[in-house]
Amino acid sequence: MEKKEFHVIAETGIHARPATLLVQAASGFNSDINLTYNGKSVNLKSIMGVMSLGVGQNADVEITAEGDDEAEAIAAITETMTKEGLAE
Amino acid sequence: MTKVLKGIAASDGIATAKAYMLVQPDLSFSKKTIEDADAEINRLAAAVEASKKELEVIKQKATENLGEEEAQVFEAHLTILSDPELFGQINDQIKNDLVNAETALKNVTDMFISMFEAMTDNAYMQERAGDIRDVTKRVMAHLLGVTIPNPALIDEEVIIVSHDLTPSDTAQLDRRYVKGFITDIGGRTSHSAIMSRTLEIPAVVGSGSATTDIAEGTTLILDGINGEALIDPTAEEVAEYQAKAKAFAEQKAEWKKLKNAASTTADGKQVILGANIGTPDDVQGANDNGAEAVGLFRSEFLYMNSDELPSEEEQFQAYKAAVEGMNGKQVVVRTMDIGGDKELPYLPLPAEQNPFLGYRAIRISLDRQDIFRTQLRALLRASHYGKLAIMFPMIATVQEFKQAKAIFEEEKAKLVADGVPVSDNIEVGMMMEIPAAAMIADKLAKYVDFFSIGTNDLIGYSMAADRGNERVSYLYQPYNPSILRMIKNTIEASHAEGKWTGMCGEMAGDQVAVPVLLGLGLDEFSMSATSILKTRSLLKKLDSAKMQELADKAVNECETSDEVVALVEEYTK
Repeated sequence: MEKKEFHVIAETGIHARPATLLVQAASGFNSDINLTYNGKSVNLKSIMGVMSLGVGQNADVEITAEGDDEAEAIAAITETMTKEGLAE
Repeated sequence: MTKVLKGIAASDGIATAKAYMLVQPDLSFSKKTIEDADAEINRLAAAVEASKKELEVIKQKATENLGEEEAQVFEAHLTILSDPELFGQINDQIKNDLVNAETALKNVTDMFISMFEAMTDNAYMQERAGDIRDVTKRVMAHLLGVTIPNPALIDEEVIIVSHDLTPSDTAQLDRRYVKGFITDIGGRTSHSAIMSRTLEIPAVVGSGSATTDIAEGTTLILDGINGEALIDPTAEEVAEYQAKAKAFAEQKAEWKKLKNAASTTADGKQVILGANIGTPDDVQGANDNGAEAVGLFRSEFLYMNSDELPSEEEQFQAYKAAVEGMNGKQVVVRTMDIGGDKELPYLPLPAEQNPFLGYRAIRISLDRQDIFRTQLRALLRASHYGKLAIMFPMIATVQEFKQAKAIFEEEKAKLVADGVPVSDNIEVGMMMEIPAAAMIADKLAKYVDFFSIGTNDLIGYSMAADRGNERVSYLYQPYNPSILRMIKNTIEASHAEGKWTGMCGEMAGDQVAVPVLLGLGLDEFSMSATSILKTRSLLKKLDSAKMQELADKAVNECETSDEVVALVEEYTK
């Protein structure tokens, strides 16, 4: 299993458009990918799940991936996070 | 036999095309118990696939016609359609409860919708509830085998038939194919009517029964000049109206010749004819129609087409684009006029019993100075790039204007101290739309640089009648001597202080009102861009001294609106 922590810097948090981008990035992989925030964990391939967490600015979140392409998945998600100025 | 449907003429022009019914289909269904869960799940999957295909096309069309930004909402819809959690739960319910796909879809999406709607502290989430609702409707329509109209997919010439047109409906209309529209409700000043004039397509609104009297695909003749539609016309009628359309096009061509002419009366008195615009993109239409100024730039689009408060930079770019586009001609920007009937998802305002008498416009700006100051800074920065003027909406008292002006001066001083280039010549005025303000126009005139009369609200507040309410809309009387007296009072008060008065309501382009307004001494007439050339043509026929006589009589001798109309006819024969 691969794991990575992020600190959300985007002013609006992970809402609407950024959430869509993350879900799209995650959906490209076979691995099971989860987003954990505030003790709650959701499927990162589910837009409803991601948005229901209501991740705001300055939140610390953890992303885990488990499967044959887990390393690539984490790398791609990290890239989306940084490219979109979402988190560091 | 041809059926004639009468309505309100909202936008000039004549069109003949097939009817396109922009009407929501019936999505009701009954709960059923099923036997073959797998077949039901497959049926749902097929409906989802069909919805995805449809959305892909809509997204592509929206990107071409409206740009990436506007198309993003459809991207969000597509993501919802691919949501494994959402459809996992729906499939589970079909399997476990043996209910039909319609029932499971509704149950599960309702749960998500109420969950998002419950997040009252988060406007984004509340809006996403709307996305889920939209997507659910689309899938439901495919399950039920009915069609949801997608105006973005129209690819032949049509006349839109609809109960009403919302801003988001009109945003999707492709001008190449939409030749006109007819609605059940609305008046000359409703959103749909204003939009039709901006798009320069004929429109009839308030027909009462267009959506029930007209069937999809029927041939329609739409006469936006006389406010009627001919349903299933004969060949002779089609030919007759083609001739009328041609004559109208010729008259329009004649008006076009006045594009670069000055707005002068027969005896050489000069006024300014300006355009009302809603976005910087409208500047082109203003210039094409020979506008000498923008008398009203509504800044609401910045607040309404957004998920959050617009930043200073975003606003600056929009204002800069407008003043640069007008190339040195004045652009009067009205500060935020939110509240009343315009709501913002991210700025929830408490429900009020009387929103039109409530917390709106300058009242919000003076209270939420963070929002107001951001807008003023953006305006100040843009002033460097052309000729910009600012006006405050809904000013009722001298104190309100002074307070707003003081905040403006503070922000200006801050920018100047920071070395930001700001014009030294920004006129700051106010909308004259509250009767109480019109009564003390002489006092206000000492502080403002100009007045701009907003007739829609001024008439509504003066007559205490909502123009959208059919039972009392007869009281919406722009020519009533009471209204004319308030206009006269405002104009005279401004002139006594060496200031000017404009008008930015629909009345400024009204062919009956123009002679009277000219006689009352109005300096600037700002209207839908498409009314400018027609008005300039009218002015050329009017004698200002004679119109002054007309105005005096209208104000002092007439008792009713009808008498004023008759008087205008007599004076302009």
